Amino acid sequence: MTDPIIKFDKVVKRFGDLTVLDELDFEVQKGEKVSIIGPSGSGKSTVLRILMTLEQIDGGIVTVGGEPLWHESGPNGLQPASEAHLRKMRAQLGMVFQQFNLFPHMSVLRNITEAPVRVLGLSKVEARERGEELLELVGLADQADKYPHQLSGGQQQRVGIARALAMRPSILLFDEPTSALDPELVGEVLTVIGRLAEEHDLTMLLVTHEMRFAREISDRVCFFDKGQIREEGTPEALFTDPNEERTREFLKAVLD
Amino acid sequence: MLFGFEWDLSNPLAFAISILPILLIGMWVTIQATVVGFFVALVLGLIFAILKSAPSRFIAWPARLVTEFIRDTPLLVQLFFLYYVLPEYGIVLPAFMTGALALGLQYSAYTSEVYRAGIEAVGRDQHEAARALNLPSARTFTHIVVPQAIPRIVPAMGNYLVSIMKDVPVLSVVTVLEMLNVAKIIGDRTFNYLIPLSMVGGLYLIMTLVASAGVRLLDRYLPKQGLPLK
Ligand SMILES: Nc1ncnc2c1ncn2[C@@H]1O[C@H](COP(=O)(O)OP(=O)(O)OP(=O)(O)O)[C@@H](O)[C@H]1O
Ligand SMILES: [Mg+2]
Repeated sequence: MTDPIIKFDKVVKRFGDLTVLDELDFEVQKGEKVSIIGPSGSGKSTVLRILMTLEQIDGGIVTVGGEPLWHESGPNGLQPASEAHLRKMRAQLGMVFQQFNLFPHMSVLRNITEAPVRVLGLSKVEARERGEELLELVGLADQADKYPHQLSGGQQQRVGIARALAMRPSILLFDEPTSALDPELVGEVLTVIGRLAEEHDLTMLLVTHEMRFAREISDRVCFFDKGQIREEGTPEALFTDPNEERTREFLKAVLD
Repeated sequence: MLFGFEWDLSNPLAFAISILPILLIGMWVTIQATVVGFFVALVLGLIFAILKSAPSRFIAWPARLVTEFIRDTPLLVQLFFLYYVLPEYGIVLPAFMTGALALGLQYSAYTSEVYRAGIEAVGRDQHEAARALNLPSARTFTHIVVPQAIPRIVPAMGNYLVSIMKDVPVLSVVTVLEMLNVAKIIGDRTFNYLIPLSMVGGLYLIMTLVASAGVRLLDRYLPKQGLPLK
């Protein structure tokens, strides 16, 4: 096995007295599609938010692409990361949010081109062309000039995916991308994510309650419980024959 | 006679018509004081709002103290302070400018709170999306936060515009010839206060109604989700 693209090494995260991640060890290989499942409050979102640098860690080390994410080497060994370091590291990651988090005052196309122009330094024309390609990819080529509130939830989330892809991340994080959607709109979003998983060498981390989908697209499924990985394995093994009693209980509860 | 206009005391209607141009001159001063005062309140208020949310408490605390002090003292005190104390330090401003400044200073304490509330009302989700996209924080402020904050602050700012307009007569104590002061002079000279003061009331009503309607129109015209960026 090669070096993992993401590595959590005894990572601790606390909110006040609450320990959310308890010396978590977790690795993801380049190009791997990993689904994270588990009960509410088990720390699934926290793992993604730490990777997206939205949440700091209280212990351990996270490395992304072989480099520490929340630390950088200084004269006395590792020290807390500077904003410049975080900016550099963040460029490898993209995130799709549960509530879409689109910019409501920007047109669909502007949502997608704003960061590529400002951050990657693309020209407006380049960014526009690329934005239109991405909209094509998520099936929204005809919606470029609309504003988010004029779109359905499923369309908004597909814009969210295009916006994240526009920054050309090598790792894409999905935090329950379909949980905020009406049931009839879930399919169109999952189709897009499924297509990405199939056709791209993106590394994907997907927190989801859609068990059937997780089973279809993942190389590996991790069952989180109380800030640790209780069990992990191929979708086949985890869903049909889990080793742990806790996993079995959880799957029984969500699949019924 | 005032401002070169004679008044006609032959009957109430003729009197009212004859002093209207004089009152309109006063009203023009009232409008100017309102506009300058409001402008000062908008600019100074934004500065206070930024200082109050500064990461360093050595900046935030004094800014909070100053605005609290301004808010808790009467406009008249600040006006007298600027009018009588500044010249002692060699800063001599025309009465009109002093008055408009005092108005703007007083209201900057309120507008800074409006800005702050508007900026804070832009949700954490927006900041997190911007951060995930690696947008610089200055860009996030100017292109994500501000466009969304503006529609939220317009109604409250509009209310303060009307309040400032109604506070302009305070400037009469430092000799500014705004509308009420003009009416009082007419009354002093003609011994008829009823007609000029009633007319001031009527003209004020028109001004505030027009200003409120303008603000409401602006509010309706501005998209709730923020100033659009194509
Ligand atoms: N900013 C915060 N302040 C305090 N507690 C927090 C904060 N963010 C998360 N938590 C707590 O940390 C725990 C783990 O949260 P996390 O969001 O990672 O759970 P999750 O596994 O994603 O759950 P869910 O399925 O409900 O989304 C929860 O108990 C949550 O209440
Ligand atoms: Mg979550």
